[in-house]
Amino acid sequence: MRATFSHKGRRKIKVSLVLAYIARRIVYVIPIVASVALVCFLLVHITPGDPLVAVLPADASEELAAQLRAAYGFDRPLPVQFGLWLWRAIHGDLGNSIATGRPVLSEVMRAVGNTVTLAVAAAMIGFTLGLLFGLIAGYFRESWVDKVATSFAIAGVSVPHYWLGMLLVIIFSVELNWLPAVGAGPGGSGAWGWDWEHLRYLVLPAITTSVIPMGIVTRTVRALTGDILSQDFVEALRAKGLRERGVFRHVVKNAAPTALAVMGLQLGYMLGGSILIETVFSWPGSGFLLNSAIFQRDLPLLQGTILVLALFFVFLNLLVDIAQAAIDPRIKRG
Amino acid sequence: MSDTALQAAPATKARGYWATVGRRILRDKVSVVCAVVLLIIFISALIAPWLGLADPYQGSMIRRLRHIGTPGYPLGTDELGRDMLARLVYGGRLSLVIGILPVILAFCVGTSLGLVAGYVGGRVNTAIMRTVDVFYAFPSVLLAIAISGALGAGITNSIVALTIVFVPQISRVAESVTTGVRHMDFVEAARASGAGPFTIMRVHMLGNVLGPIFVYATSLVSVSMILAAGLSFLGLGTKPPEPEWGLMLNTLRTAIYVNPWVAALPGAMIFMVSICFNLLSDGMRSAMDIRN
Repeated sequence: MRATFSHKGRRKIKVSLVLAYIARRIVYVIPIVASVALVCFLLVHITPGDPLVAVLPADASEELAAQLRAAYGFDRPLPVQFGLWLWRAIHGDLGNSIATGRPVLSEVMRAVGNTVTLAVAAAMIGFTLGLLFGLIAGYFRESWVDKVATSFAIAGVSVPHYWLGMLLVIIFSVELNWLPAVGAGPGGSGAWGWDWEHLRYLVLPAITTSVIPMGIVTRTVRALTGDILSQDFVEALRAKGLRERGVFRHVVKNAAPTALAVMGLQLGYMLGGSILIETVFSWPGSGFLLNSAIFQRDLPLLQGTILVLALFFVFLNLLVDIAQAAIDPRIKRG
Repeated sequence: MSDTALQAAPATKARGYWATVGRRILRDKVSVVCAVVLLIIFISALIAPWLGLADPYQGSMIRRLRHIGTPGYPLGTDELGRDMLARLVYGGRLSLVIGILPVILAFCVGTSLGLVAGYVGGRVNTAIMRTVDVFYAFPSVLLAIAISGALGAGITNSIVALTIVFVPQISRVAESVTTGVRHMDFVEAARASGAGPFTIMRVHMLGNVLGPIFVYATSLVSVSMILAAGLSFLGLGTKPPEPEWGLMLNTLRTAIYVNPWVAALPGAMIFMVSICFNLLSDGMRSAMDIRN
């Protein structure tokens, strides 16, 4: 009996609570994934007109249309189509692109690689600046540094990022001619490398992508820092004679779980919401692919890209929740 | 002295919550400036035909892409020789409608859903909130583009797509606010006095939950403006030759090597409206937080 109340025993209980939370969170993902798949599947069926419109010649006979419909399985009842589609999707077969005839999954994965490169570069810029601005602004509330940092943050979340991309192209490509305006390197989309020849192409899209996360992280961290600094325990730490550097460490430790969650979510948004920026810079990522799928009415490709991106987002959220529970065991949401 | 003090007391006491909020907003310079800028843009879009502007549809091959400050064309001309000033002012009409309408629609739908989910609770809550969770599994930009991409280009479709994006977000806020209010004494009292669920929701709860939801919704307007113009920018919203800021930005993209600063103008309009809504929403939030 006594052992339960020892420090070690309590730790054990805590760990098992966290594990139970993680297990619950993982189980909870299953219905979400299933519903996400259903939404992606239904997207194609809310489209007006025939899903075959992209491949069917305008003067196609009714017989040919029926043949093709049968070949793609569009003639079966919807629940059957969904079951078959899901079954194949689970086995990694998302069908073939109508426009190119290549497997959707390999097309999407190749493009996602480029999007991940862009998102990671943007995250490095945006998160670093956001954390820096947020901490400084939160620490020196109402000072001029706070005002400058807050203005940057509000501009970051309010700017139409596709327009910012255009502005950067105007300044750095058109006027100054320092950096390339579009594309992903001299070798085209397939040959990415980590040298300056390729990185120059990444600079402008990455800066453009980083402004929204920068703004949101700044605002979050500023609010967190302000809240923490106004709590009683900080006063106690200072009264105890702790130096400002030590207090700062406590602030960072207390702000970390929430800041981490926000950054994880932002990374997900960057991966899934890259279409506008990738269109501006002709960056050959998943957003660019989505754009061409929409305009070529390539429905399997559209469906597959959205499914893969949404699943990325769901699993990233799961990871963030698990990481958050691991570093801050107080969190036990239902 | 004491007489006047006694007489003055009821007058100050009579000022209600909303009057106090209003006064606090009026004292906030940033909010006032933003409100004025937005009003100017709104009103000029509304009365555009009577402002003596050039015809926003009338192009001319010989005066294409004039620079900013050209006599007769204060903001230059676009790639088809149409007056930029006129197109920017007229462009406010569609841009504001497709940017703001989705939030208004989502506000109505989302508040109703959240109110019902929060008040009824139980299985109804689970059904509504789990459905909402599914839409949360998509990044909002992706969801907006997926829906309007599937529905096809067009103004109505882009409004529908954005509404679907915002309904879950507003319902979540509405649900959590309602759940907070549900067990308050005055709701219990109303129930004890025999009021039906609809009366309670409409009379007693709506007034208490509407404020926070409204502030949240105004902060969405900025996102909605950017996304709505973004859909047009991709070619999924407005169709040419309609003046609309996102679409103008798209068609002027080809001109950035010839006349870059004219090409950037429509984006500046989107930015201005979006940042004003954001600042105004922040101002409202702190004005409504009377405790501070």
